[in-house]
Amino acid sequence: MKFTEEHEWLRIEEDLVVVGITEHAAEQLGDIVFVELPEQGTKVASGDDAVVIESVKAASDILAPLDGEIVEVNGTLDDNPALVNEDPLGAGWFFKMKIDDLSALDAFMDEDAYKDLID
Amino acid sequence: MPELKRTALHALHAELGARMVPFAGYEMPVQYKPGVLKEHLHTRAAAGLFDVGHMGQVILRPRSGALADAALALEALVPVDLLSLAEGRQRYGVFTNAAGGILDDLMITNRGDHLLLVVNAACKAADIAHLRAHLDETCTIEVLDERALIALQGPEAETALARLAPEMAGMRFMDVATVPVSGGEIWVSRSGYTGEDGFEISLPAAEAEGFAKALLEMDEVEPIGLGARDSLRLEAGLCLYGNDIDETTSPVEAGLSWAIQKARRRGGDREGGFSGAERILAELETGPARLRVGLRPEGRAPMREGVALYAAAEGGAAVGHITSGAYGPSVEVPVAMGYLPAELARPGTTVHGELRGKRLPVTVAEMPFRPSTYKR
Repeated sequence: MKFTEEHEWLRIEEDLVVVGITEHAAEQLGDIVFVELPEQGTKVASGDDAVVIESVKAASDILAPLDGEIVEVNGTLDDNPALVNEDPLGAGWFFKMKIDDLSALDAFMDEDAYKDLID
Repeated sequence: MPELKRTALHALHAELGARMVPFAGYEMPVQYKPGVLKEHLHTRAAAGLFDVGHMGQVILRPRSGALADAALALEALVPVDLLSLAEGRQRYGVFTNAAGGILDDLMITNRGDHLLLVVNAACKAADIAHLRAHLDETCTIEVLDERALIALQGPEAETALARLAPEMAGMRFMDVATVPVSGGEIWVSRSGYTGEDGFEISLPAAEAEGFAKALLEMDEVEPIGLGARDSLRLEAGLCLYGNDIDETTSPVEAGLSWAIQKARRRGGDREGGFSGAERILAELETGPARLRVGLRPEGRAPMREGVALYAAAEGGAAVGHITSGAYGPSVEVPVAMGYLPAELARPGTTVHGELRGKRLPVTVAEMPFRPSTYKR
Protein backbone atom coordinates (compact mmCIF):
# COMPACT_ATOMS: atom_id res chain seq x y z
CA MET A 1 0.00 0.00 0.00
CA LYS A 2 1.20 3.52 -0.85
CA PHE A 3 0.30 6.87 0.69
CA THR A 4 -0.04 10.46 -0.55
CA GLU A 5 0.70 13.67 1.30
CA GLU A 6 -3.05 14.33 1.14
CA HIS A 7 -3.59 11.30 3.44
CA GLU A 8 -4.94 9.02 0.76
CA TRP A 9 -3.93 5.40 0.42
CA LEU A 10 -3.44 3.62 -2.90
CA ARG A 11 -3.55 -0.12 -3.34
CA ILE A 12 -3.08 -2.14 -6.50
CA GLU A 13 -5.89 -4.62 -7.07
CA GLU A 14 -5.38 -6.63 -10.26
CA ASP A 15 -4.58 -3.90 -12.81
CA LEU A 16 -6.46 -1.11 -11.00
CA VAL A 17 -5.56 1.36 -8.25
CA VAL A 18 -7.99 1.47 -5.32
CA VAL A 19 -8.12 4.83 -3.49
CA GLY A 20 -9.29 5.67 0.03
CA ILE A 21 -8.26 7.84 2.98
CA THR A 22 -6.10 6.83 5.93
CA GLU A 23 -7.26 6.20 9.49
CA HIS A 24 -5.46 9.37 10.50
CA ALA A 25 -7.42 11.40 7.94
CA ALA A 26 -10.75 9.81 8.87
CA GLU A 27 -10.16 10.57 12.53
CA GLN A 28 -9.18 14.17 11.83
CA LEU A 29 -12.26 14.71 9.66
CA GLY A 30 -14.65 13.40 12.30
CA ASP A 31 -17.92 11.60 11.64
CA ILE A 32 -18.53 11.47 7.89
CA VAL A 33 -22.16 12.01 6.92
CA PHE A 34 -22.04 12.30 3.12
CA VAL A 35 -19.77 11.17 0.30
CA GLU A 36 -20.18 12.46 -3.26
CA LEU A 37 -18.44 10.04 -5.61
CA PRO A 38 -17.36 10.72 -9.19
CA GLU A 39 -19.24 9.13 -12.08
CA GLN A 40 -17.94 5.89 -13.41
CA GLY A 41 -15.98 6.55 -16.59
CA THR A 42 -14.78 10.01 -15.53
CA LYS A 43 -11.31 10.84 -16.84
CA VAL A 44 -9.27 12.62 -14.19
CA ALA A 45 -5.89 14.30 -14.01
CA SER A 46 -3.69 14.13 -10.94
CA GLY A 47 -4.84 16.84 -8.50
CA ASP A 48 -8.41 17.08 -9.83
CA ASP A 49 -11.21 17.06 -7.25
CA ALA A 50 -12.53 13.52 -7.37
CA VAL A 51 -14.64 13.03 -4.23
CA VAL A 52 -16.38 15.41 -1.82
CA ILE A 53 -16.74 14.23 1.74
CA GLU A 54 -18.84 16.01 4.30
CA SER A 55 -18.13 15.39 7.94
CA VAL A 56 -20.13 16.81 10.84
CA LYS A 57 -17.64 19.66 10.73
CA ALA A 58 -16.89 20.59 7.13
CA ALA A 59 -16.66 19.60 3.49
CA SER A 60 -13.33 18.31 2.14
CA ASP A 61 -12.16 17.44 -1.34
CA ILE A 62 -10.35 14.23 -2.12
CA LEU A 63 -8.00 14.65 -5.07
CA ALA A 64 -7.26 12.19 -7.84
CA PRO A 65 -3.75 10.97 -7.03
CA LEU A 66 -2.87 10.10 -10.63
CA ASP A 67 -3.99 10.66 -14.22
CA GLY A 68 -6.45 8.00 -15.28
CA GLU A 69 -10.07 6.87 -15.53
CA ILE A 70 -12.48 6.16 -12.69
CA VAL A 71 -13.76 2.68 -13.52
CA GLU A 72 -15.61 1.74 -10.34
CA VAL A 73 -16.96 3.64 -7.31
CA ASN A 74 -17.99 2.38 -3.87
CA GLY A 75 -21.76 2.87 -4.09
CA THR A 76 -22.31 1.50 -0.57
CA LEU A 77 -21.03 4.87 0.73
CA ASP A 78 -24.17 6.58 -0.62
CA ASP A 79 -26.26 4.92 2.06
CA ASN A 80 -23.56 4.30 4.62
CA PRO A 81 -20.96 7.08 4.59
CA ALA A 82 -19.94 6.10 8.15
CA LEU A 83 -18.01 3.18 6.61
CA VAL A 84 -15.22 5.67 5.93
CA ASN A 85 -14.81 6.13 9.70
CA GLU A 86 -15.42 2.52 10.61
CA ASP A 87 -13.13 0.88 8.07
CA PRO A 88 -11.15 3.52 6.16
CA LEU A 89 -8.59 1.07 4.79
CA GLY A 90 -11.16 -1.55 3.77
CA ALA A 91 -14.90 -1.15 3.19
CA GLY A 92 -14.55 2.65 3.18
CA TRP A 93 -12.69 2.84 -0.16
CA PHE A 94 -13.83 5.52 -2.63
CA PHE A 95 -13.01 4.49 -6.19
CA LYS A 96 -10.89 2.31 -8.44
CA MET A 97 -8.97 3.90 -11.27
CA LYS A 98 -7.23 2.63 -14.37
CA ILE A 99 -3.86 4.20 -15.03
CA ASP A 100 -1.42 3.83 -17.91
CA ASP A 101 1.54 2.64 -15.94
CA LEU A 102 1.28 1.08 -12.48
CA SER A 103 4.92 1.88 -11.82
CA ALA A 104 3.77 5.48 -11.22
CA LEU A 105 2.88 4.28 -7.71
CA ASP A 106 6.55 3.93 -6.87
CA ALA A 107 6.76 7.70 -6.44
CA PHE A 108 4.46 7.64 -3.39
CA MET A 109 5.32 7.06 0.28
CA ASP A 110 5.44 3.64 1.80
CA GLU A 111 3.86 2.99 5.20
CA ASP A 112 6.97 3.91 7.22
CA ALA A 113 7.40 7.19 5.38
CA TYR A 114 3.71 8.02 5.88
CA LYS A 115 3.94 7.26 9.60
CA ASP A 116 6.87 9.68 9.83
CA LEU A 117 4.72 12.32 8.13
CA ILE A 118 1.85 12.11 10.61
CA ASP A 119 3.91 11.71 13.79
CA MET B 1 -3.14 37.06 18.65
CA PRO B 2 -4.25 37.67 22.25
CA GLU B 3 -3.94 34.75 24.60
CA LEU B 4 -7.06 32.61 24.83
CA LYS B 5 -9.03 32.72 28.06
CA ARG B 6 -9.85 29.57 29.98
CA THR B 7 -12.97 28.51 31.84
CA ALA B 8 -13.01 26.98 35.31
CA LEU B 9 -13.25 23.53 33.70
CA HIS B 10 -10.19 23.83 31.47
CA ALA B 11 -8.12 21.26 33.36
CA LEU B 12 -11.04 18.83 33.36
CA HIS B 13 -11.38 19.09 29.57
CA ALA B 14 -7.73 18.14 29.18
CA GLU B 15 -8.19 15.22 31.58
CA LEU B 16 -11.19 14.05 29.55
CA GLY B 17 -9.23 14.12 26.29
CA ALA B 18 -11.13 16.98 24.68
CA ARG B 19 -10.08 18.49 21.37
CA MET B 20 -9.75 22.18 22.20
CA VAL B 21 -10.39 25.03 19.76
CA PRO B 22 -10.46 28.83 19.98
CA PHE B 23 -14.02 30.07 20.37
CA ALA B 24 -15.03 33.67 21.15
CA GLY B 25 -11.68 34.34 22.79
CA TYR B 26 -11.75 31.18 24.88
CA GLU B 27 -10.09 27.82 24.52
CA MET B 28 -13.10 25.49 24.45
CA PRO B 29 -13.76 21.77 23.89
CA VAL B 30 -15.22 21.16 20.42
CA GLN B 31 -15.51 17.43 21.05
CA TYR B 32 -14.36 14.63 23.33
CA LYS B 33 -13.22 11.16 22.29
CA PRO B 34 -16.61 9.78 21.11
CA GLY B 35 -17.00 12.63 18.58
CA VAL B 36 -19.78 15.01 17.62
CA LEU B 37 -22.27 12.41 16.34
CA LYS B 38 -22.19 10.15 19.40
CA GLU B 39 -22.15 13.12 21.78
CA HIS B 40 -25.23 14.55 20.08
CA LEU B 41 -27.11 11.25 20.27
CA HIS B 42 -26.07 10.68 23.88
CA THR B 43 -27.55 14.04 24.88
CA ARG B 44 -30.87 13.12 23.25
CA ALA B 45 -30.87 9.64 24.85
CA ALA B 46 -29.53 10.32 28.36
CA ALA B 47 -27.75 13.46 29.61
CA GLY B 48 -24.94 15.66 28.35
CA LEU B 49 -22.77 18.01 30.38
CA PHE B 50 -21.65 21.22 28.64
CA ASP B 51 -19.17 23.83 29.79
CA VAL B 52 -20.76 27.17 28.93
CA GLY B 53 -18.54 29.18 31.26
CA HIS B 54 -17.42 31.37 28.38
CA MET B 55 -20.82 33.06 28.41
CA GLY B 56 -21.20 36.28 30.37
CA GLN B 57 -23.13 36.47 33.63
CA VAL B 58 -24.08 40.00 34.64
CA ILE B 59 -26.08 41.28 37.59
CA LEU B 60 -28.18 44.45 37.37
CA ARG B 61 -29.03 45.81 40.79
CA PRO B 62 -31.39 48.79 41.07
CA ARG B 63 -29.79 51.74 42.88
CA SER B 64 -33.23 52.56 44.35
CA GLY B 65 -33.61 49.08 45.81
CA ALA B 66 -36.85 48.57 43.86
CA LEU B 67 -36.47 45.82 41.25
CA ALA B 68 -39.11 47.45 39.02
CA ASP B 69 -36.66 50.31 38.43
CA ALA B 70 -34.07 47.90 37.03
CA ALA B 71 -36.71 46.09 34.99
CA LEU B 72 -38.03 49.33 33.46
CA ALA B 73 -34.52 50.59 32.75
CA LEU B 74 -33.57 47.37 30.95
CA GLU B 75 -36.83 47.52 28.97
CA ALA B 76 -35.26 50.43 27.06
CA LEU B 77 -32.70 48.01 25.61
CA VAL B 78 -34.82 44.88 25.04
CA PRO B 79 -38.37 44.56 23.61
CA VAL B 80 -39.41 42.32 26.47
CA ASP B 81 -42.02 42.76 29.21
CA LEU B 82 -39.79 42.66 32.27
CA LEU B 83 -42.17 44.32 34.71
CA SER B 84 -44.32 41.17 34.66
CA LEU B 85 -41.33 38.83 35.01
CA ALA B 86 -41.97 37.13 38.35
CA GLU B 87 -39.30 36.32 40.89
CA GLY B 88 -37.70 32.97 40.08
CA ARG B 89 -38.60 33.18 36.39
CA GLN B 90 -36.49 33.71 33.30
CA ARG B 91 -37.26 35.20 29.89
CA TYR B 92 -35.46 35.16 26.55
CA GLY B 93 -34.78 38.51 24.92
CA VAL B 94 -32.64 40.41 22.46
CA PHE B 95 -30.71 43.67 22.74
CA THR B 96 -31.85 45.75 19.76
CA ASN B 97 -30.08 48.59 17.96
CA ALA B 98 -31.58 51.81 16.59
CA ALA B 99 -32.14 50.14 13.21
CA GLY B 100 -34.15 47.33 14.81
CA GLY B 101 -31.33 44.78 14.39
CA ILE B 102 -30.07 42.47 17.11
CA LEU B 103 -26.94 43.23 19.15
CA ASP B 104 -27.11 39.97 21.09
CA ASP B 105 -29.64 37.51 22.48
CA LEU B 106 -29.77 36.78 26.18
CA MET B 107 -31.59 35.27 29.13
CA ILE B 108 -32.97 37.58 31.80
CA THR B 109 -33.83 36.29 35.27
CA ASN B 110 -35.63 37.91 38.18
CA ARG B 111 -33.69 36.89 41.28
CA GLY B 112 -35.69 38.95 43.77
CA ASP B 113 -33.53 41.98 44.45
CA HIS B 114 -31.66 41.93 41.14
CA LEU B 115 -31.79 40.80 37.51
CA LEU B 116 -29.31 38.22 36.24
CA LEU B 117 -28.41 38.37 32.54
CA VAL B 118 -26.64 35.60 30.63
CA VAL B 119 -25.14 36.81 27.35
CA ASN B 120 -23.08 35.33 24.51
CA ALA B 121 -19.32 35.08 24.94
CA ALA B 122 -18.52 36.83 21.67
CA CYS B 123 -20.77 39.78 22.54
CA LYS B 124 -19.96 39.94 26.24
CA ALA B 125 -17.65 42.98 26.21
CA ALA B 126 -19.92 44.98 23.91
CA ASP B 127 -23.00 44.06 25.94
CA ILE B 128 -21.40 45.19 29.18
CA ALA B 129 -20.34 48.49 27.60
CA HIS B 130 -23.90 48.89 26.25
CA LEU B 131 -25.37 48.28 29.72
CA ARG B 132 -22.94 50.69 31.37
CA ALA B 133 -23.67 53.37 28.77
CA HIS B 134 -27.43 53.20 29.23
CA LEU B 135 -28.22 51.90 32.71
CA ASP B 136 -25.51 53.38 34.89
CA GLU B 137 -27.86 55.92 36.47
CA THR B 138 -30.46 53.39 37.57
CA CYS B 139 -28.43 50.23 38.19
CA THR B 140 -25.12 48.94 39.42
CA ILE B 141 -23.67 46.53 36.91
CA GLU B 142 -21.64 43.62 38.22
CA VAL B 143 -19.89 41.13 35.93
CA LEU B 144 -19.62 37.72 37.55
CA ASP B 145 -16.20 36.64 36.28
CA GLU B 146 -15.76 34.31 39.24
CA ARG B 147 -18.76 32.14 38.48
CA ALA B 148 -18.73 29.13 36.20
CA LEU B 149 -21.70 28.05 34.06
CA ILE B 150 -22.48 24.49 33.05
CA ALA B 151 -25.46 22.99 31.28
CA LEU B 152 -26.91 19.54 31.88
CA GLN B 153 -29.27 18.56 29.06
CA GLY B 154 -31.29 15.55 28.06
CA PRO B 155 -34.08 13.24 29.26
CA GLU B 156 -31.98 11.95 32.19
CA ALA B 157 -30.77 15.40 33.27
CA GLU B 158 -33.41 15.68 35.97
CA THR B 159 -32.58 12.27 37.44
CA ALA B 160 -28.89 13.06 37.47
CA LEU B 161 -29.14 16.54 38.96
CA ALA B 162 -31.65 15.40 41.59
CA ARG B 163 -28.94 13.23 43.19
CA LEU B 164 -26.91 16.35 43.96
CA ALA B 165 -29.70 18.89 44.35
CA PRO B 166 -33.01 17.19 45.21
CA GLU B 167 -34.68 20.57 45.84
CA MET B 168 -34.85 21.31 42.11
CA ALA B 169 -37.38 18.55 41.39
CA GLY B 170 -40.45 20.83 41.26
CA MET B 171 -38.95 23.29 38.78
CA ARG B 172 -40.57 23.81 35.40
CA PHE B 173 -39.25 25.21 32.10
CA MET B 174 -37.76 28.70 32.61
CA ASP B 175 -37.99 28.50 36.42
CA VAL B 176 -34.86 29.63 38.27
CA ALA B 177 -33.94 28.71 41.82
CA THR B 178 -31.14 28.91 44.32
CA VAL B 179 -30.58 25.33 45.37
CA PRO B 180 -28.45 24.09 48.26
CA VAL B 181 -25.87 21.43 47.50
CA SER B 182 -23.18 19.99 49.72
CA GLY B 183 -20.55 22.70 50.00
CA GLY B 184 -22.65 25.69 49.00
CA GLU B 185 -25.46 26.73 46.71
CA ILE B 186 -25.99 26.74 42.99
CA TRP B 187 -28.25 28.86 40.78
CA VAL B 188 -30.27 26.53 38.60
CA SER B 189 -32.49 27.43 35.67
CA ARG B 190 -34.56 24.85 33.88
CA SER B 191 -33.58 25.81 30.37
CA GLY B 192 -30.97 25.14 27.73
CA TYR B 193 -29.92 25.22 24.11
CA THR B 194 -30.64 21.71 22.87
CA GLY B 195 -34.43 21.36 22.66
CA GLU B 196 -34.23 18.89 25.54
CA ASP B 197 -35.40 19.22 29.11
CA GLY B 198 -32.41 20.31 31.13
CA PHE B 199 -30.69 22.82 33.34
CA GLU B 200 -28.17 25.60 33.28
CA ILE B 201 -26.24 25.87 36.49
CA SER B 202 -24.26 28.87 37.71
CA LEU B 203 -21.83 28.16 40.53
CA PRO B 204 -18.62 29.54 42.04
CA ALA B 205 -15.67 28.82 39.74
CA ALA B 206 -13.78 27.06 42.52
CA GLU B 207 -16.56 24.50 42.93
CA ALA B 208 -17.21 23.88 39.25
CA GLU B 209 -14.78 21.04 38.67
CA GLY B 210 -15.94 19.07 41.69
CA PHE B 211 -19.57 19.52 40.74
CA ALA B 212 -18.96 18.58 37.10
CA LYS B 213 -17.00 15.48 38.13
CA ALA B 214 -19.80 14.39 40.48
CA LEU B 215 -22.19 14.56 37.52
CA LEU B 216 -19.78 12.85 35.12
CA GLU B 217 -19.39 9.92 37.50
CA MET B 218 -23.05 9.08 36.92
CA ASP B 219 -23.84 6.51 34.23
CA GLU B 220 -26.25 8.85 32.42
CA VAL B 221 -23.88 11.77 32.03
CA GLU B 222 -21.18 12.30 29.38
CA PRO B 223 -19.25 15.47 28.53
CA ILE B 224 -20.41 17.16 25.31
CA GLY B 225 -18.43 19.62 23.19
CA LEU B 226 -19.35 22.68 21.17
CA GLY B 227 -19.71 20.61 17.98
CA ALA B 228 -22.69 18.67 19.30
CA ARG B 229 -24.02 21.77 21.05
CA ASP B 230 -24.33 23.33 17.60
CA SER B 231 -26.09 20.39 15.92
CA LEU B 232 -28.43 20.00 18.91
CA ARG B 233 -29.50 23.65 18.85
CA LEU B 234 -29.91 23.55 15.07
CA GLU B 235 -32.30 20.57 15.24
CA ALA B 236 -34.16 22.47 17.97
CA GLY B 237 -34.52 25.49 15.63
CA LEU B 238 -32.65 27.78 18.02
CA CYS B 239 -30.69 30.78 16.74
CA LEU B 240 -26.93 31.16 16.93
CA TYR B 241 -25.94 34.80 17.31
CA GLY B 242 -23.61 35.85 14.50
CA ASN B 243 -25.08 33.26 12.13
CA ASP B 244 -28.88 33.31 12.29
CA ILE B 245 -29.33 36.69 13.95
CA ASP B 246 -27.12 39.77 13.84
CA GLU B 247 -27.18 43.56 13.69
CA THR B 248 -29.05 43.48 10.36
CA THR B 249 -31.81 41.02 11.26
CA SER B 250 -34.81 42.22 13.24
CA PRO B 251 -36.34 39.94 15.87
CA VAL B 252 -39.53 39.78 13.76
CA GLU B 253 -37.62 38.63 10.66
CA ALA B 254 -35.82 36.13 12.87
CA GLY B 255 -39.11 34.56 13.98
CA LEU B 256 -38.60 35.76 17.54
CA SER B 257 -41.85 37.74 17.79
CA TRP B 258 -42.97 35.36 20.54
CA ALA B 259 -40.31 36.98 22.74
CA ILE B 260 -41.97 40.43 22.37
CA GLN B 261 -44.87 40.42 24.82
CA LYS B 262 -48.12 42.32 24.37
CA ALA B 263 -47.16 45.10 26.81
CA ARG B 264 -44.37 46.24 24.49
CA ARG B 265 -46.39 46.06 21.25
CA ARG B 266 -48.70 48.67 19.72
CA GLY B 267 -51.57 49.31 22.08
CA GLY B 268 -49.71 47.72 24.98
CA ASP B 269 -49.20 49.34 28.42
CA ARG B 270 -45.58 50.18 27.59
CA GLU B 271 -45.69 50.25 23.81
CA GLY B 272 -42.27 50.66 22.18
CA GLY B 273 -39.68 52.53 24.20
CA PHE B 274 -36.80 50.32 23.03
CA SER B 275 -34.16 50.82 20.34
CA GLY B 276 -35.45 50.13 16.86
CA ALA B 277 -39.11 50.15 18.00
CA GLU B 278 -40.28 51.91 14.86
CA ARG B 279 -39.18 49.12 12.53
CA ILE B 280 -39.98 46.28 14.90
CA LEU B 281 -43.51 47.44 15.79
CA ALA B 282 -44.29 48.04 12.10
CA GLU B 283 -43.03 44.58 11.14
CA LEU B 284 -45.17 43.02 13.89
CA GLU B 285 -48.26 44.58 12.30
CA THR B 286 -47.60 44.25 8.59
CA GLY B 287 -45.20 41.30 8.52
CA PRO B 288 -41.51 41.49 7.62
CA ALA B 289 -40.20 41.38 4.04
CA ARG B 290 -38.06 38.32 4.80
CA LEU B 291 -38.19 35.57 7.39
CA ARG B 292 -35.91 33.06 9.03
CA VAL B 293 -37.12 29.61 7.96
CA GLY B 294 -36.27 25.99 8.51
CA LEU B 295 -34.83 24.25 5.45
CA ARG B 296 -34.50 20.61 4.49
CA PRO B 297 -32.10 19.97 1.61
CA GLU B 298 -33.13 16.97 -0.47
CA GLY B 299 -30.71 14.07 -0.43
CA ARG B 300 -27.84 13.61 2.00
CA ALA B 301 -25.50 16.50 1.24
CA PRO B 302 -25.49 19.07 4.05
CA MET B 303 -25.88 22.72 3.05
CA ARG B 304 -23.95 24.96 5.36
CA GLU B 305 -23.82 28.62 6.27
CA GLY B 306 -23.37 30.88 3.24
CA VAL B 307 -25.06 28.64 0.65
CA ALA B 308 -27.06 30.91 -1.69
CA LEU B 309 -30.77 30.19 -2.18
CA TYR B 310 -32.60 30.68 -5.48
CA ALA B 311 -36.29 30.60 -6.31
CA ALA B 312 -35.75 28.60 -9.51
CA ALA B 313 -33.60 25.68 -10.57
CA GLU B 314 -31.99 27.87 -13.23
CA GLY B 315 -31.47 31.60 -13.66
CA GLY B 316 -32.44 34.54 -11.49
CA ALA B 317 -30.59 36.22 -8.66
CA ALA B 318 -30.18 34.73 -5.20
CA VAL B 319 -33.23 35.36 -2.98
CA GLY B 320 -31.61 34.48 0.33
CA HIS B 321 -28.95 32.37 1.96
CA ILE B 322 -28.40 29.71 4.55
CA THR B 323 -27.24 30.98 7.95
CA SER B 324 -26.71 27.61 9.70
CA GLY B 325 -26.71 24.12 8.27
CA ALA B 326 -25.46 20.66 9.10
CA TYR B 327 -26.33 17.01 9.16
CA GLY B 328 -28.88 16.44 11.91
CA PRO B 329 -27.75 13.32 13.78
CA SER B 330 -31.18 12.70 15.38
CA VAL B 331 -33.31 13.47 12.34
CA GLU B 332 -30.74 11.64 10.17
CA VAL B 333 -30.95 14.13 7.30
CA PRO B 334 -29.34 17.47 6.59
CA VAL B 335 -31.14 20.45 8.13
CA ALA B 336 -30.55 24.16 7.85
CA MET B 337 -32.01 27.57 8.50
CA GLY B 338 -31.79 30.76 6.53
CA TYR B 339 -33.61 33.83 5.33
CA LEU B 340 -36.12 33.93 2.48
CA PRO B 341 -38.53 36.57 1.15
CA ALA B 342 -41.90 36.28 2.91
CA GLU B 343 -43.61 34.97 -0.23
CA LEU B 344 -41.22 31.99 -0.33
CA ALA B 345 -41.21 31.34 3.41
CA ARG B 346 -44.28 29.12 3.67
CA PRO B 347 -43.49 25.54 4.78
CA GLY B 348 -43.60 23.16 1.83
CA THR B 349 -42.21 25.72 -0.63
CA THR B 350 -39.34 24.41 -2.76
CA VAL B 351 -36.33 26.65 -3.33
CA HIS B 352 -32.83 25.76 -4.58
CA GLY B 353 -29.51 25.90 -2.79
CA GLU B 354 -26.33 26.20 -4.82
CA LEU B 355 -23.82 23.60 -3.72
CA ARG B 356 -20.53 23.22 -5.60
CA GLY B 357 -21.99 24.93 -8.66
CA LYS B 358 -25.17 22.86 -8.76
CA ARG B 359 -28.62 24.00 -7.66
CA LEU B 360 -30.28 21.36 -5.52
CA PRO B 361 -33.86 21.40 -4.19
CA VAL B 362 -34.47 22.54 -0.61
CA THR B 363 -37.87 22.45 1.08
CA VAL B 364 -38.97 25.10 3.55
CA ALA B 365 -39.83 23.23 6.74
CA GLU B 366 -41.41 23.83 10.13
CA MET B 367 -39.06 24.21 13.06
CA PRO B 368 -38.05 22.69 15.37
CA PHE B 369 -36.88 19.82 13.16
CA ARG B 370 -37.32 17.54 16.11
CA PRO B 371 -40.04 18.19 18.73
CA SER B 372 -38.67 19.85 21.85
CA THR B 373 -39.21 18.16 25.18
CA TYR B 374 -39.19 21.09 27.60
CA LYS B 375 -40.91 20.36 30.93
CA ARG B 376 -43.57 23.05 30.83
